[in-house]
Amino acid sequence: MIESILSYGIALGAVYALIGITYNVMYSSSRVFSFTAGTMGMLGGVLGSVFISTMGMPVIVGFLLTVVAGAVLGLLIELIAARPVLKSLDQHLYVLSTLAVSLAMLQLTAIYFSTDAVPFPRVVPFDTEFFDQKFWLPILACAVTVIGLEYLSRRTLIGRAFLATAEDNYAARALGLPEQGLRMLSFALAGVIGVVAGFAAGQMMFASLANGPLLNFYGFVPVALGGMGSNRGALIGGLLLGLFQQMANYFFGGIFASVAVFVVFIVVLLARPEGLAGAATPRRV
Amino acid sequence: MSIESLPASKSHSWLEKWLPIIVLAVVGGSLPLWGDEFFGTVGTRICVYWMLCAGLNLVVGYAGQIAIGWVSLLTVGAYTASALVAGRITPEIHPYLALIVAAIFGAVSGLIVGLPALRLRTFYFAMTTLGFSTIVTQIALAWRSATGGGVGIPGPLLPEPFDTPWGLYFFCLAIAIICTWITCNIASSRYGRSLIAVRDAEVAAEAVGIYKPGLLVNVFLLSGALAGIAGGLFASLQSYITPEAFSFDLSVLFFIAILIGGRGSILGPLIGTAVLTVLPDFAAPLVQWSTFVYAVLLLAIVLLVPGGIADLLDFKNRRPLDQHREIRPRPELLPEIMGTEPSKSLMTLKGIVLAFGGVRAVDGVDIEIRGGEVHGLIGPNGSGKTTTLNAISGYYAPQEGEVIVDGTNITRLGAHQRANFRIARTFQTPRIVGEESVLENVMIGGTNDGQGTFVEAMLALPRHRRDEARLHRDAMTALALVGLERLADVRADRLQHSELRFVEIARAVMLRPRFLLLDEPAAGLSVDEIRRLGALISAIKAQGTGVLLVEHHADLIFEICDRVTVLNLGKVLASGEPEEVRTHREVVNAYLGA
Repeated sequence: MIESILSYGIALGAVYALIGITYNVMYSSSRVFSFTAGTMGMLGGVLGSVFISTMGMPVIVGFLLTVVAGAVLGLLIELIAARPVLKSLDQHLYVLSTLAVSLAMLQLTAIYFSTDAVPFPRVVPFDTEFFDQKFWLPILACAVTVIGLEYLSRRTLIGRAFLATAEDNYAARALGLPEQGLRMLSFALAGVIGVVAGFAAGQMMFASLANGPLLNFYGFVPVALGGMGSNRGALIGGLLLGLFQQMANYFFGGIFASVAVFVVFIVVLLARPEGLAGAATPRRV
Repeated sequence: MSIESLPASKSHSWLEKWLPIIVLAVVGGSLPLWGDEFFGTVGTRICVYWMLCAGLNLVVGYAGQIAIGWVSLLTVGAYTASALVAGRITPEIHPYLALIVAAIFGAVSGLIVGLPALRLRTFYFAMTTLGFSTIVTQIALAWRSATGGGVGIPGPLLPEPFDTPWGLYFFCLAIAIICTWITCNIASSRYGRSLIAVRDAEVAAEAVGIYKPGLLVNVFLLSGALAGIAGGLFASLQSYITPEAFSFDLSVLFFIAILIGGRGSILGPLIGTAVLTVLPDFAAPLVQWSTFVYAVLLLAIVLLVPGGIADLLDFKNRRPLDQHREIRPRPELLPEIMGTEPSKSLMTLKGIVLAFGGVRAVDGVDIEIRGGEVHGLIGPNGSGKTTTLNAISGYYAPQEGEVIVDGTNITRLGAHQRANFRIARTFQTPRIVGEESVLENVMIGGTNDGQGTFVEAMLALPRHRRDEARLHRDAMTALALVGLERLADVRADRLQHSELRFVEIARAVMLRPRFLLLDEPAAGLSVDEIRRLGALISAIKAQGTGVLLVEHHADLIFEICDRVTVLNLGKVLASGEPEEVRTHREVVNAYLGA
């Protein structure tokens, strides 16, 4: 019993963390919060299911195509929803533009795929005795992503350039960093992380339209609570959220779990709008 | 020349205010003459949606809050009314009473879903409204005894004569017209102007005494109540409701209808609601694609026409303005606004210290501002002049020191409370609501003196009407005072920079200030304009007001100031009569030059 709660909770938490990181990667390079983060997660499951189950491709090919689609969609989002509104960031138009793109993606999925949940194919051909692949795949994906990002930002020039733009956009531009190129790259990367999350979680959450809004919210909770832009916050917050949800689900029922998460989310944000680990922004006259 | 003879187009603005109601009443009332029963059902749907959108419009279009989960309030209203009429929780209740209870529950829910907006911004708030709507749906599914769960329950049937489709239509139309009337009243009141001010110029709104949380609480209650009634009637219209009827698509429809209509307009969102409701009904192949179309429309609005339908209908502001405008203030009008008894107050700053991290921007500053005097505050860039002003306005809380007005310590009071002490100010970069007319911008300055409550404004009761008449008259006088009365009806963002500076002064004068803080009012003005500004400031001083003037134009400072304080690196370098300061050796070295 307890191990099923643990494995399910941690696996779910890993997916939330990945979506949180998707939010972060876009936010760091552009200061744009994007409603597309969870939608990309949903698409990861849907595309994987279409490529592998419907079109009968080998798993590895389906995975690679999903990743490519994620990168392309990420670039499109940058082009359509982020770049045109960056000039007036203080008007927060990105909330509307990313919402519009996210809605359009959801509706296209509803029309061309299905509004119902569709089972996701087995990804790894062998079965493990005690810990099913539907649980360890998301955890693996999360670990690889976190370690990969960490390596990128510590060891590579491009990673440092990312950090520089995230820290101070103007200064980075003054240094001659290709701000626009880095932003496009980070949106592509965010797209990839999003679809990988959905692909890895496919067997656990199915390929389902409903995952879009769900992941949008539960992926945002850890980053909002942990502080926007902090991947560590997203990871810890995501795992805690997944575990908490499964436990509350088991002991008190699903409604209680949702209400409890919502209440905690609001109460913490009201007490500390900048998140538990974030720094307060100074005032503006 | 008296103020009454000025070109204020009273009849024009009257039509502008009531046009949404006229349109709704004429088109809606004549519907049975040109439409069949199918049109009637669509019309009922438009009326029901509009009840909700009328309230949401105040939240989204006026207050600028990104509330995208508003369908949750429709759900609350629908289930409340249905469950009460069916007697699933209590004994069976009369439908009218049930609608009233639905409004109350809606108002409370509106407050709950809206409260986070007092602390959270944009995306965060949008997320909380989404989260709330998910939870409401889940509760509706789980609480079977009251809501019927996934099976659903019948909606309330209204008593005769409203139990037929046309009967229900006219009932909904009547309520929709009342909702429009209420929101028109709010929108054209000082509360409506305050909402827009909070949205577009929050800092200036605080300075004139607008308290954002109090304002938003009222608006969320009203918006929730209207959504609750809409929910009850939605259930009647559907005749049977399940949680699936309240899909996220509906939320999107409401939200986008308002944005397509245009922010700060009522007619625009009304048209937007009607169009979006009708769209899938009259273009059958579109049904499946409707949400996609909404999404594309939203993107197009955001990227191409941020003003929405309202902007396209705004013919008045396309007329070109006179190119050679001159600002000619008439200081002799000042007593008409400020009153005639000059009462002199005293403001004392004692040892104000304000540090940002390790930088002590203001480091132990003492200043005394006396009523009836102009006190100049000068010094090099970064010497702490604006920071001192901000400490007086309450935007920063000083770490040490006190601000005392006539014996009352106001150091720890909130920024919006400073207006009670009649401390007004202008800003280095004018903080103006660009989408509002010049007149409305000036009227905002008098918000703090309004007597009527939010409810009185909603119902246009006499006390509120007196407030409005007085604000209108004073604002016209204030505009004539600064010489801009001919631009009263023009959108403020069409004005030149120098004109905006004078609009800010007119707005500040509306508070009948005992203290006026001017932050570089002469920046960007021509030599003539600076001279007229000087005369205006002197006239304000003659009313007994204490003026604190931050300025770089040394000529203006030494011409009109009675006392000058020089700051350098956050400390007072010199203070005293203009002549002493002008010849002070350190001042000459640090700032003035030889």
